[in-house]
Amino acid sequence: MTELRTVSGPRRTMVPHGRPLWRRAVLTREGAVIGMLAVVIVVALTTVPNFDSPLTITFLLRDVAPILLIALPMTLIIITEEIDLSVASVVALSSVTVGILTRDGAPFELAMVAGVLVGAVAGTINGFLVTVVGLPSLAVTIGSLAMFRGISVGLLGTQAVTDFPEEWTSLARSNIPGTPIPSIMIAFVILAIIFGVVLHATPFGRSLYAIGLNKEAAHFSGVNVGRTKFILFVASGTVSGFAGVYFTLLYGNARGENATGMELAVIAAVLLGGVSIFGGRGALHGVIAGVLLIGTIGSALRLAGVTADIINVITGVVLVLSVVSASFLAWFHRARATARARGEKQG
Amino acid sequence: MFGRHTGRGGRLFGAAALTMAAGLVLAGCANGDSGGDNGAAPDPGAGGDSNFAITFLPKSLGNPYFDTSNAGGAEAIAEFGGTFQEVGPTEASPTSQVSFIQTAAQQGVDALVVSANDPAAICDALDEARSVDVKVVTFDSDTNPECRDLFINQAEAEGIARVQVEMIAEQIGGEGQIAILSAAANATNQNAWIELMQEELAANWPDIELVDVVYGDDDDQTSFDRTAALLQTYPELRGIVSPTTVGIAAAARYIQTSQFQGQVAVTGLGTPNQMREYVEDGTVTAFALWNPADLGYLAAYAAKALVEGTITGAEGDTFDAGRLGSYTVGANGTVLLGDPFVFNADNIADFNF
Repeated sequence: MTELRTVSGPRRTMVPHGRPLWRRAVLTREGAVIGMLAVVIVVALTTVPNFDSPLTITFLLRDVAPILLIALPMTLIIITEEIDLSVASVVALSSVTVGILTRDGAPFELAMVAGVLVGAVAGTINGFLVTVVGLPSLAVTIGSLAMFRGISVGLLGTQAVTDFPEEWTSLARSNIPGTPIPSIMIAFVILAIIFGVVLHATPFGRSLYAIGLNKEAAHFSGVNVGRTKFILFVASGTVSGFAGVYFTLLYGNARGENATGMELAVIAAVLLGGVSIFGGRGALHGVIAGVLLIGTIGSALRLAGVTADIINVITGVVLVLSVVSASFLAWFHRARATARARGEKQG
Repeated sequence: MFGRHTGRGGRLFGAAALTMAAGLVLAGCANGDSGGDNGAAPDPGAGGDSNFAITFLPKSLGNPYFDTSNAGGAEAIAEFGGTFQEVGPTEASPTSQVSFIQTAAQQGVDALVVSANDPAAICDALDEARSVDVKVVTFDSDTNPECRDLFINQAEAEGIARVQVEMIAEQIGGEGQIAILSAAANATNQNAWIELMQEELAANWPDIELVDVVYGDDDDQTSFDRTAALLQTYPELRGIVSPTTVGIAAAARYIQTSQFQGQVAVTGLGTPNQMREYVEDGTVTAFALWNPADLGYLAAYAAKALVEGTITGAEGDTFDAGRLGSYTVGANGTVLLGDPFVFNADNIADFNF
């Protein structure tokens, strides 16, 4: 029987080859977005009048909540190198469903559940077309964007349903007692924790990165790519349905045109948060910071009296800069690594 | 817990983000009262002094009708000493007005003058603004009466509807098919006028058939396209009534360059400057309006009276409105500007708005 022997000898000192911890922490995409958010908040607090009131947080978080919610599954989808452009139309579809059921006398709780279920069904349709039929998600979701929007507008026509139970609309607009934070943030935090744990701490989450980086390799490693993507699209549809119910209650208004253009805001925020459009990299805290950054910029500029079109321009510039800086950072790293390699060779 | 992918750095930054979020919340909580101590902001709760901060929020920006009413409001505010601000969404949808109402509430303005895209959708936001002492005056397009303090009505809805029906009836010889090209489908004022027009037609003009009501959303291109579609769908169409300045301009522009010029009558509510060329070349015989500058002017003075406490919006209150004279609040918190005015080739040269 072998006996265990202690190996003794000179202790070797590790030669650090990697980047130091502070660099790894700060010089990530997520670190950059969070840093930018901090800077914007500080600048806004000091220069924009009325920004430092608790109303700012309330209005900001309440308005940005649907985007925050939808950005969670959208991050996972984009990490797998897919995309879901139909989310805003699903929000409208869910909103219209809630509106029609409420108008026709159904109990409101049933209407809410139906709204979420409609979202899940929409996500299933998307997932089916992408995974079973094998169509590219960009094409599928552009089509379903139009289809769901058309159904929403067609169902309700030019009417709007505005009569919702008072206790639910005031709940949607309420804050957590004693704080200026809207109550919807409780739901968001729960969902964010779930998505965060799934993405960063489960094999399922790791498989998403694998799929995004190399679909074939992931497949041959035993990942069920089709089923994974299907689950993601259903999740996206369900969360969009929930966001649709919240949106309806927040504005007290179910219309076919609700949330037009929201998909662009979600995707822009996700990309701003450091998720690569080519898949395979990204993290939830960056995305949350990205959504908050766009929301804070908009809120601060509106308070400062800047008009809506200029706010759009500024938001667009921020997005372009973030994409450019990502490429620049990548180039910079490569240049330094090359220089260091050359330096070591000669030294 | 976050795995090798983000490493300790990632977790560090997750913690940093949470700390910052907590810091933001604490900063907001610590400054319990809205900090209006920078010179740029209007002083909240300064209802007594002579600096009235009034924000105008029309249905959308970039609409010449609202540019004119905003100018009227600015003129009034310059007269009685105040700060004028105009904000608005780029498209006329109800939910997009909400963020501007919230901003106005945050800035602590004295009064908000708004033309609503939907009678109910902005009610909750308006109530929130009123709860922080912002007076709410609606003009042009009302909300539900519970969520505003006053409504400045440009003319009696019944009068507006009747004038338009009489104009189109005169122009098509009392019989034939007509259609209505409206603005946003939920706009309070539009729907009120359309309903009254239908009643007026049913009561007094049995030989005129209203075949369709289409919505141009106060967007020029959409209105243009809807006009084209109407003429395609109803080849017997004799007239189009458009009770919105964007709609009538777009419809006239389409008719002017088409084979239907002179055969299909176009009338409705339009501004003289926009309609001048169509009246001069005969595409449009007559149209009606009131003076939107006067409307904005009156709304600003009404807002000032509310902020000062001179009136509360109850029936019978009177207030002074500068060069327009004295006005009395009617039932339901409504103030009436006056009668609609008919413009045609004889008098259009006298006006410039």
